[in-house]
Amino acid sequence: MPDLMTDDEIDALVIAGTRLLGIAVAPEWRATVRTNLFVSLSLGALVAGFDLPDEAEPAPVFVA
Amino acid sequence: MTFDHAGLDEWASAGEIARAVGAGRVSAAAVTQAALATIARRNPALNAFTDVVAERARARAAAVDAARAKGPLAGVPFAVKNLFDVAGLPTRAGSLINRERPPATADATLITRLEAAGAVLVGALNMGEYAYDFTGENSHDGASRNPHDLSRMTGGSSGGSGGAVAGGLVPIALGSDTNGSIRVPASFCGLFGLKPTYGRLSRAGTFPFVASLDHLGPLARTVEDLALAYDAMQGADAADPACQDRPARKVAGVLADGIGGLRIAVASGYFERGAAPDALAAVRAVSAALGTDRRTEVPEAARARAAAYVITASEGAALHLDRLRARPRDFDPAVRDRLIAGALIPAPLLVRAHKFRRWYAARVQELFGRIDVLLAPATPMSAPLLGQQSFSLDGQDVPLRPNIGIFTQPISFAGLPVVAVPVPSPGRLPIAVQVIAAPWREDIAFRVAAFLEQAGIAAAPRPTFKD
Repeated sequence: MPDLMTDDEIDALVIAGTRLLGIAVAPEWRATVRTNLFVSLSLGALVAGFDLPDEAEPAPVFVA
Repeated sequence: MTFDHAGLDEWASAGEIARAVGAGRVSAAAVTQAALATIARRNPALNAFTDVVAERARARAAAVDAARAKGPLAGVPFAVKNLFDVAGLPTRAGSLINRERPPATADATLITRLEAAGAVLVGALNMGEYAYDFTGENSHDGASRNPHDLSRMTGGSSGGSGGAVAGGLVPIALGSDTNGSIRVPASFCGLFGLKPTYGRLSRAGTFPFVASLDHLGPLARTVEDLALAYDAMQGADAADPACQDRPARKVAGVLADGIGGLRIAVASGYFERGAAPDALAAVRAVSAALGTDRRTEVPEAARARAAAYVITASEGAALHLDRLRARPRDFDPAVRDRLIAGALIPAPLLVRAHKFRRWYAARVQELFGRIDVLLAPATPMSAPLLGQQSFSLDGQDVPLRPNIGIFTQPISFAGLPVVAVPVPSPGRLPIAVQVIAAPWREDIAFRVAAFLEQAGIAAAPRPTFKD
């Protein structure tokens, strides 16, 4: 996933996503945010690439 | 009798202090006064303390002196990372924003428990902003400085906790560890550090970072001190939903039990790649002292580290979303830019990371059916210079900050208990090894740490100061 995204595409995600969330990103922060997001998405892809059964439960347990 | 006339100095252990106070050889008031004087003298160089609660400490010491039963930590000065609530102080959590909050009205649970054992809180400690840090640097309060070399990092995010204990300001400090923030300063500052099993110690009354991964624990200069602090803090607490209602398993009584019968292995593969020679040498020294050449691979450790990274970035961003909206310029820029990126991680990746965590924890449980103890480096390198951005590995420059926690993250991700043991080497900076046990078996990690200390392999080196 992220290795198919260009810097411009990640920038577009940052612009749209932060607008959706109501976070104002100054132009001088954008390069660092892009770099951090690229790392996060790359590591996320590594996790998502692991085959788990549909029945796999997430780790956090809510106890009523 | 005064502190020094009782044969004590600023390097006295908590155990030595408590025994001296208990026997009436020195008063808690004298111990407290000596600690406050050391803090006043050394903190300008170390920048470990952000708050000193002298009046409170003197009152508490007087109460200890007046009490008939002194407690296992009688008169022992301690301090806490400034994300712990301390009644009367705003809980700043290393941030500019949170210090504007009203002062806390009550102490964190663990402070209450240590003071119930006779310890005396003397202040709150510097840390990386909102605990999203492995360096001990802080753009608001300045960097914590390493007592072994003031130009170097303490490690973080419990940087002041590392600096305060290694600098002889207090024998015990509390920190938090989400991905390695106790074990990294223990390594860079040459200390023993405990990250207990996830859910073992109450986090009530502390400012969170990543609820799924946050742990609290002590740092100390001896295994006995680490055990005394840990034993005093165990117990269920309904105020922390993650804190499990399990019987306390005290460890002070098992320190002399030795390592007989324990199956010990060195973590291979992932935990050998990306480490500097001194980190690998420390693991070899520990495994040789323990008489093991057994090696074992932790399954999918790299993916575990990746999943911990995703959960941290995403949950951390969710925690701080309102502050990112309202006051982005008041964050430490390095923290802010990571949190903004974390807010943009698609939700399916977060859920997959949580699902992977359960799969991984089950594989790790299986691993601990075959062994009792796992050894791994705590950090890939010894303390870097403040401001350093990269480090040399096999002749190549690699980025520093993303790599500091690579060996701690896969371990805390499974919630395993770890005692980080410092392995000093003459003429070199200290570095620590993780002694890792199965969930809820802190006692086993303590036995191994105590054996290594007794064998002279693990020790907190004393820095030289020109006071």
